[in-house]
Amino acid sequence: MNFDPRYLDRNFTSVGTRPIRPDGVDKVTGRARYGADFNMAGQLVGRVLRSPHAHATIRKIDTSKAEKLAGVKAVITAADLPDLTDGDAAMYDILDNCMARNKALYDGHAVAAVAAVDARTARQALKLIEVDYEVLPHVTDVDEAMKHSAPLINEATFTEGLEEKPVKPSNVTKRSQFGHGDVHQGFGHADFIVERSFKTEQTHQGYIEPHACVASVSSDGTADLWVCTQGHFVYRQHCAQLLGMEASKLRVTSSEIGGGFGGKTHVWAEPVALALSRKAGRPVKLVMTRDEVFRASGPTSATSIDIRIGARKDGTITAAEATLRYSSGPYAGTWAEIGAMTAFACYRLDNVKTVGYEVLVNRPKTAAYRAPSAPMAAFAVESAIDELAKEIGMDAVEFRIRNAAQEGTRSSYGPVYGPIGIGPTLEAVKNHPHMKAPLGKNQGRGMACGFWFNFGGQTCTDLNIGMDGSVSLAVGTVDVGGSRASLSLVAAEELGIAYEQVKAVVADTSSLGYNDMTDGSRGTFSSSMATISAARNAIKVLRERAAQMWDIPVDDVVWEKGHAIAKGEKHGNLGRLSLKEIATASGKTGGPIAGHSELVADGAGVSFATHICDIEVDPETGATRVLRYTVVQDAGKAVHPTYVEGQYQGGAAQGIGWALNEEYIYGKDGRLQNPGFLDYRIPVCSDLPMIDTQILEIPNPNHPYGVRGVGETSIVPPLAAIANAVSNAVGVRMTHIPMSPPRILAALEAEQAG
Amino acid sequence: MAGVAVSTTINGDNVEYLCQPDETLLDVLRDRLGLTGAKEGCGTGDCGACSIILDDRLVCSCLVLGAEAEGRRVETIEGMAHGDRLHPLQQKFLEHAALQCGICTPGFLMAAKDLLAKNPDPTEEEIRFGLAGNLCRCTGYDKIVRAVQDAANVMKGA
Repeated sequence: MNFDPRYLDRNFTSVGTRPIRPDGVDKVTGRARYGADFNMAGQLVGRVLRSPHAHATIRKIDTSKAEKLAGVKAVITAADLPDLTDGDAAMYDILDNCMARNKALYDGHAVAAVAAVDARTARQALKLIEVDYEVLPHVTDVDEAMKHSAPLINEATFTEGLEEKPVKPSNVTKRSQFGHGDVHQGFGHADFIVERSFKTEQTHQGYIEPHACVASVSSDGTADLWVCTQGHFVYRQHCAQLLGMEASKLRVTSSEIGGGFGGKTHVWAEPVALALSRKAGRPVKLVMTRDEVFRASGPTSATSIDIRIGARKDGTITAAEATLRYSSGPYAGTWAEIGAMTAFACYRLDNVKTVGYEVLVNRPKTAAYRAPSAPMAAFAVESAIDELAKEIGMDAVEFRIRNAAQEGTRSSYGPVYGPIGIGPTLEAVKNHPHMKAPLGKNQGRGMACGFWFNFGGQTCTDLNIGMDGSVSLAVGTVDVGGSRASLSLVAAEELGIAYEQVKAVVADTSSLGYNDMTDGSRGTFSSSMATISAARNAIKVLRERAAQMWDIPVDDVVWEKGHAIAKGEKHGNLGRLSLKEIATASGKTGGPIAGHSELVADGAGVSFATHICDIEVDPETGATRVLRYTVVQDAGKAVHPTYVEGQYQGGAAQGIGWALNEEYIYGKDGRLQNPGFLDYRIPVCSDLPMIDTQILEIPNPNHPYGVRGVGETSIVPPLAAIANAVSNAVGVRMTHIPMSPPRILAALEAEQAG
Repeated sequence: MAGVAVSTTINGDNVEYLCQPDETLLDVLRDRLGLTGAKEGCGTGDCGACSIILDDRLVCSCLVLGAEAEGRRVETIEGMAHGDRLHPLQQKFLEHAALQCGICTPGFLMAAKDLLAKNPDPTEEEIRFGLAGNLCRCTGYDKIVRAVQDAANVMKGA
């Protein structure tokens, strides 16, 4: 049946309510099973040996002593993960990142792994592996890496996207450009121009659950993988390709996931665990330590961004330009490209140009982190926007309202917008009591806007109706923060039954068709679309069965509020049949009743947010305190508003950590100096105030209920909102994130020194 | 290495186990006793995901040796509910959606239980400092604080 995804205004019964999540009790009683909570009979413990060098040629690895240690069942190196990527450069990078082949490219790069009977033996075995390194010069800073004198990380890198292919290799893998109009001309019409350079340091997603998996490869070539992941179907595909398996022979089960934020969208240790299991002939459990999580998984790009924006006296922006340099670790990425796309997406611009450079550095391979690349670009742009408003003498909110993108605006990255929420979030902020609250000494207020695309993607969902009328909903998008609750609400809404009648589960890769991973804020957006489609397909079957039970044409049967109703006066005596009555009779009317859905969820609605932050700065120490924080964001339609609020609050808190505290600190030796939660300090409860939220609902026209993704946009404005607040508090423009106390003090001292 | 024989009480039950002298209580709970409710987020006492109550004191079980539990009382998340009746904190965490991914939740619940045992009527600030040893990366803590406030009110009335 053709599925019509268009939005239709309706009165909701279940959607918009706030029931308790179906996986809740297991999670408050300790019963929920995460990556490391699963065990198999005969399981071995895996451990990975990692390079202590930022950049080194691996001359030789001698594993013979480790292999002889009692209790060691397998030792592997890159030789046990032969290159089967067949020219697929992105997959080759994943392979090389899982296990270094010729060179170790960052401190923490895996070079060998063992499987042993227990953790102690595995640790001992690692110490017996002898690696002969030739240490090479390294570079970890994004600007340094772009210099001609910088050590080359990959000699085969010739910058793509230039008009002429460069003759010399460099650390810049790609140049990308977006925009329209003529910025040169636009700046010519400007009365005021602000030009600034900004830097942001590298941060980690900081999920509390380290990567963990249990791999079991059988001698018949089949395998099982239990793993915490945002996308078990993608993990299956990647692992199967890297290990030379048929995808269908590898069953991947996604455990409960203890946070991902983009960091669990890439395979790291899973192919290693499978290779160890294959060699040892036994199941292998591989759990990263926190040190490994920091050194070898995640993180974001570090960035260096130049912004130039011009405006007329009346507050109209005439031109905007950005050059964005994003580190991608030692492998090619598209992070600057995404930053270049998002940078000016909030605004209606006639002349805009953004250029992105992807830069190799000797740091871990950059991974997605919640609206990846957008927060840094927004920090730079929204800081400059604030400064420009000041120069013109306009209120920062009014200036943004005047230039905000609208329906019909051609975005800075190309497409023309449909109905969007940037204007409404700004109006809501303008009228919010927070904006009018008084401020004390050393306190400042900042606000900023943020944009994220949101994705849709491939989605497959099964809805099975039991004989007792209860509904099993099997989805393939991993639930990272309550989506089983929201999808149960959607199934209940569409079928017209109670939320409690629906039980949603995340199915394994052998039980359901392919699903893209939970990223791009797509979990609830795409799986709710597929759930609606599956429910509509089930309703069609239910109507057919009811027609059969009544012996009337199916066209005379409609579905309303969980019941089949015979329409027309001639059927006036038939009453109605509940879903349960039809389900109970299903054995006699044609067998089980189900609805399935396979679709590409197109039309993810773009998402906008505006945040307000009050901050107090201690001018003696540079210490900061967030006093008040407000998030206003468009959800399209909030399916489960409490969890939507949770996404807003969580993103804001991560942004606060990024803005004020979190950063990867590398020593001159290229080693990460703070790979632990003590020294890489994420916000704790006493660091934060309550985080107020305001949900706006501007329906996405491409979803039956108007749903937009809500997960990521909330991390985009905080860096800028807080930077604007700090700048307003101390009277100095802050240009380097995080604004840790030493950096704030240095900025104050530089200002005083003139 | 010879194992250490330990006799202890876990969630009110007498438990005996053998562990290595350098094995943490967290590893004993998870790997030897199958009590996987306590999580290892860091192994260095910085995240609180492995929080348990040892003789009425909140501790990170990753910083306690298995052998140190000898003769003591261990409370873990698995012992928090009474049969199928949830503890008010567990109930309020559900009602307030004080968890998203849930990996930190057992630790937060143990820390909150310890906090309310010592201070049944905490201010917001006391809750925030009382729970500052537990990291949550999903919620921004807002709903956790509200859940603890609500649970404190319920428990006072009980």
